[in-house]
Amino acid sequence: MRKKQLSPTHKRDMDIERAFSDLHPPLDAGAAFIEASRCLYCYDAPCINACPTAIDIPTFIHQIRTDNLDGSARTILDANIMGGTCARACPTEILCEGACVLNKGDEKPIRIGALQRRSVDHLMDKVAKNGTHPFQRAPQSGRRLAVIGAGPAGLSFAHRAAMLGHDVTVYEARPKPGGLNEYGLAAYKMVDDFAQKEIDFLLGIGGISIKYGKKLGEDFSLSDLKKQYDGVFIGIGLGGSGTLGIPGEDLDGVEPALSFIEHLRQAKQKSHVKCGRHVVVIGGGNTAIDAAIQSKKLGAETVTLVYRRGDDSMSATAWERDLARLNDVQIRTWARPSSIGGDQKADHIMFERTKIIDGRLQGTGETYRLTADLILKAIGQKMLPLGLGDLQIKNGRIVVDDQYQTSMPGIYAGGDCIQSGDDLTVQAVQDGKLAALAIDQALTRNDAQPPVAAHSGKGGA
Amino acid sequence: MADLSCRIAGIDSINPFWLASAPPTDKKYNVVRAFQKGWGGVVWKTLGVDPPVVNVTSRYGLHKDFKGATIGINNIELISDRPLDVNLREIEECRREWPDRVIIGSMMAEMDEQAWKELAIRIANSGVHGIELNLGCPHGMCERGMGSAIGQVPEMVEKTTRWVREVVDLPVFTKLTPNITDILVPAEAALAGGAHAVSLINTVNSIVSVDLDAMAPDPMIDGKGTHGGYCGSAVKPIALNMVAEIARNAATRDLEISAIGGINTWRDAAEFIALGASGVQVCTAAMLYGFRIVEDMIAGLSAFMDEKGYKTLDDFRGRAVANTVDWNELNMNFDLKARIDEESCIECGRCHIACEDTSHQAIRIEAKDDGGRRFVVIDDDCVGCNLCMHVCPVDQCIEMEPVANGLPHLTWPDHPKNPAHKAVAESV
Ligand SMILES: Cc1cc2nc3c(=O)[nH]c(=O)nc-3n(C[C@H](O)[C@H](O)[C@H](O)COP(=O)(O)OP(=O)(O)OC[C@H]3O[C@@H](n4cnc5c(N)ncnc54)[C@H](O)[C@@H]3O)c2cc1C
Ligand SMILES: Cc1cc2nc3c(=O)[nH]c(=O)nc-3n(C[C@H](O)[C@H](O)[C@H](O)COP(=O)(O)O)c2cc1C
Ligand code: SF4
Ligand code: SF4
Ligand code: SF4
Repeated sequence: MRKKQLSPTHKRDMDIERAFSDLHPPLDAGAAFIEASRCLYCYDAPCINACPTAIDIPTFIHQIRTDNLDGSARTILDANIMGGTCARACPTEILCEGACVLNKGDEKPIRIGALQRRSVDHLMDKVAKNGTHPFQRAPQSGRRLAVIGAGPAGLSFAHRAAMLGHDVTVYEARPKPGGLNEYGLAAYKMVDDFAQKEIDFLLGIGGISIKYGKKLGEDFSLSDLKKQYDGVFIGIGLGGSGTLGIPGEDLDGVEPALSFIEHLRQAKQKSHVKCGRHVVVIGGGNTAIDAAIQSKKLGAETVTLVYRRGDDSMSATAWERDLARLNDVQIRTWARPSSIGGDQKADHIMFERTKIIDGRLQGTGETYRLTADLILKAIGQKMLPLGLGDLQIKNGRIVVDDQYQTSMPGIYAGGDCIQSGDDLTVQAVQDGKLAALAIDQALTRNDAQPPVAAHSGKGGA
Repeated sequence: MADLSCRIAGIDSINPFWLASAPPTDKKYNVVRAFQKGWGGVVWKTLGVDPPVVNVTSRYGLHKDFKGATIGINNIELISDRPLDVNLREIEECRREWPDRVIIGSMMAEMDEQAWKELAIRIANSGVHGIELNLGCPHGMCERGMGSAIGQVPEMVEKTTRWVREVVDLPVFTKLTPNITDILVPAEAALAGGAHAVSLINTVNSIVSVDLDAMAPDPMIDGKGTHGGYCGSAVKPIALNMVAEIARNAATRDLEISAIGGINTWRDAAEFIALGASGVQVCTAAMLYGFRIVEDMIAGLSAFMDEKGYKTLDDFRGRAVANTVDWNELNMNFDLKARIDEESCIECGRCHIACEDTSHQAIRIEAKDDGGRRFVVIDDDCVGCNLCMHVCPVDQCIEMEPVANGLPHLTWPDHPKNPAHKAVAESV
């Protein structure tokens, strides 16, 4: 159990709360107009092609310029119903902004994410006040679809399917929806309970019900759902964290970075979250960077991120690495952990230096020691194949065809639990959207067949 | 350094930059600040017969472009709303305190000979260098039979000009309204009335925008709006053409021109001078940015003249007039093709979509090995219209290259495809 205690460096609680304020404060109307005015309104723009959800970026920016903010938001949300989270969390430097043609000139790229946030926030605020969801549902199809997992993939699927006229029931293992939007994304990207606000907005379309505390493989099975619904979508993400497999891993003070972030995201007051004095984060991805920065913000004296290969191999983008360094995170490369020491509680960790020898990453035998009372493991998430039964799985992910259908007809999957693109929120949203369109097409093709579950009463589980 | 002094209608000015008759020249306070910044002269805010007019609030509407920059303003202000003797006293003081600067008195009155003559005499007695007849205000004053109501009737233009000429021994500038179909008609009327110079243009009649919440034009006065006078950058092209028309026309060629309309920079001013203007007047640019803009106008114009080797304004005045011709005198055999510099192209696609949707489908997109896009001009389809060059956001990325086709100069009247020409040829 986590106890309430003051952060180790006795920073005032207030300072900590402030440290977790919005990473990029929103643009006001004037700043948004000026930024929008820089956009060239490219034809067949490269930024669109670089967006996994293919948002019509030149059009939504043009709509900001013409003071049609509602229309701008609709352009975004039509392609990406979680445009609000994506505006906050996308690594735009490797997506749309990285592809902006202005990079080729001497100018900075358009701040697409910031503009997107401006439009979506505007419409979401408006909808929160007047309650009118911007999209209408097609006439009721009489079809019922089940979704497993209320993460971005599952919710995007649910929204698009509801829009197409189907009724959707979502089964979620946890007590809250959102998946990593709620439990994983860095706190300073998702201030003011944005994940839940966005989900309220998304559910405003109607036709979607969520059952919480329902876990596939424990509370229901795939075949239950298959019997009761016309189609099933699996969006369970990657629930398991990788292990190091080294001595001392079970000591107190060693935990998955994701659970550390999760506690932080769920804490009513960030300053009440327990952190170490000397934090070591192992890993080179997004999660490692986020865990490291957030430890520092909680008041850790030293935060060291150790990655087994070189800077360029890290899956965290250059921008994210810079952000970490700016936040006083030490990044050490070319070393892997060999053991963790301490008496019940971890107090240090040993690393072995690494090198590429004969094309393979190998230890050199040379070691060093870092003092550490909190060790966060961020060496990748794994899919937990709980309840997936005979579904074909490859490289730890569910196999799907180009229509997002798994090896079992009528069962679709998307998001992190399949191998579609990068493990990013925006990709999960795209998967969910496309899978919904695919199921809809398949159902329309099969219109001759009567809906399976139309009269079967309550959903199972 | 180039000599910027100029002489217009016999009046010497230290430079060609005057402030037009408008709020910037409304009173001594403004005029003194303008002279301090370096303006060569002012045309005092138009004076009328007492009692002074009364203005409304608000008075301005703005026209903005795509990027939010002001391209024009619209006003519904009337002439000076201060008593005549207050204005005349201040004019006298300014004349005394700033002997090297020009002050022109602007005036208007109803179509009454005595009113025009008495007012002209009073203004002349204040010591002004010349008198400008405001025959252009297209809002408010015209409803009282003044301003453009006079400027739109050639006989009245001639008459008012003559009335003033008859009673004062000063240079007379007749200020023309652009709210007519052919500027040469009022210009010739002014000349017939004895004007030493014409000033043009006054504002263009306009409604600048409609407030869609209130469902009324801007600017709004208690829920209602009216048409007003449009000015600023957007009217420069209209003014340039009207100035060129007068400068090219045999009958008005020798009429001196004080050019007005959308002048923001030294370059704008130089363009008007190249089309024959002796000096220029500025209003909107000063209203938007303050009197300090004249400093760069002076510095920029002299740098340009030094660069080109022009020692005085007369060295380039009117130089573009001979090259401003009728369409019928253009060379039909001249041919240009667009050339895209792949190196500097940033692949925005603007040239393609402009040509594809609205011109001649002459820019093709090809896939590049690096995943990018190459924009290629199809010479056979390119008509050399320039559209792509203008929409391209990268400076000098698209250039228009003349085709060395070896063909002789050929005008439309002589062109084999001209039906009229054929008829002539056959009838011979
Ligand atoms: C720490 C961290 C930071 C990240 N930061 C970013 C970022 O800044 N930007 C970005 O674009 N991406 C980021 N990502 C990646 C992004 O969060 C994921 O790609 C995205 O959330 C995947 O969505 P998903 O719907 O597939 O899965 P998830 O978000 O994981 O959602 C899966 C849902 O399924 C539920 N579930 C799981 N198993 C079951 C079961 N058996 N039965 C019922 N329900 C189940 C879960 O409770 C969860 O609600 C980050 C990831 C992590 C871990
Ligand atoms: C607010 C305002 C008031 C004006 N008042 C007068 C006036 O009293 N007399 C006059 O001759 N012209 C008046 N004008 C017209 C200007 O002198 C000038 O001809 C016109 O604005 C075009 O020049 P610009 O584009 O530099 O502004 C006025 C213009 C404005 C904007
Ligand atoms: S590439 Fe850049 S400039 Fe072009 S449309 Fe996209 S954001 Fe605008
Ligand atoms: S000059 Fe005109 S016709 Fe030629 S490529 Fe450009 S836009 Fe097309
Ligand atoms: S408009 Fe200019 S920069 Fe854009 S694609 Fe065409 S040539 Fe390239």
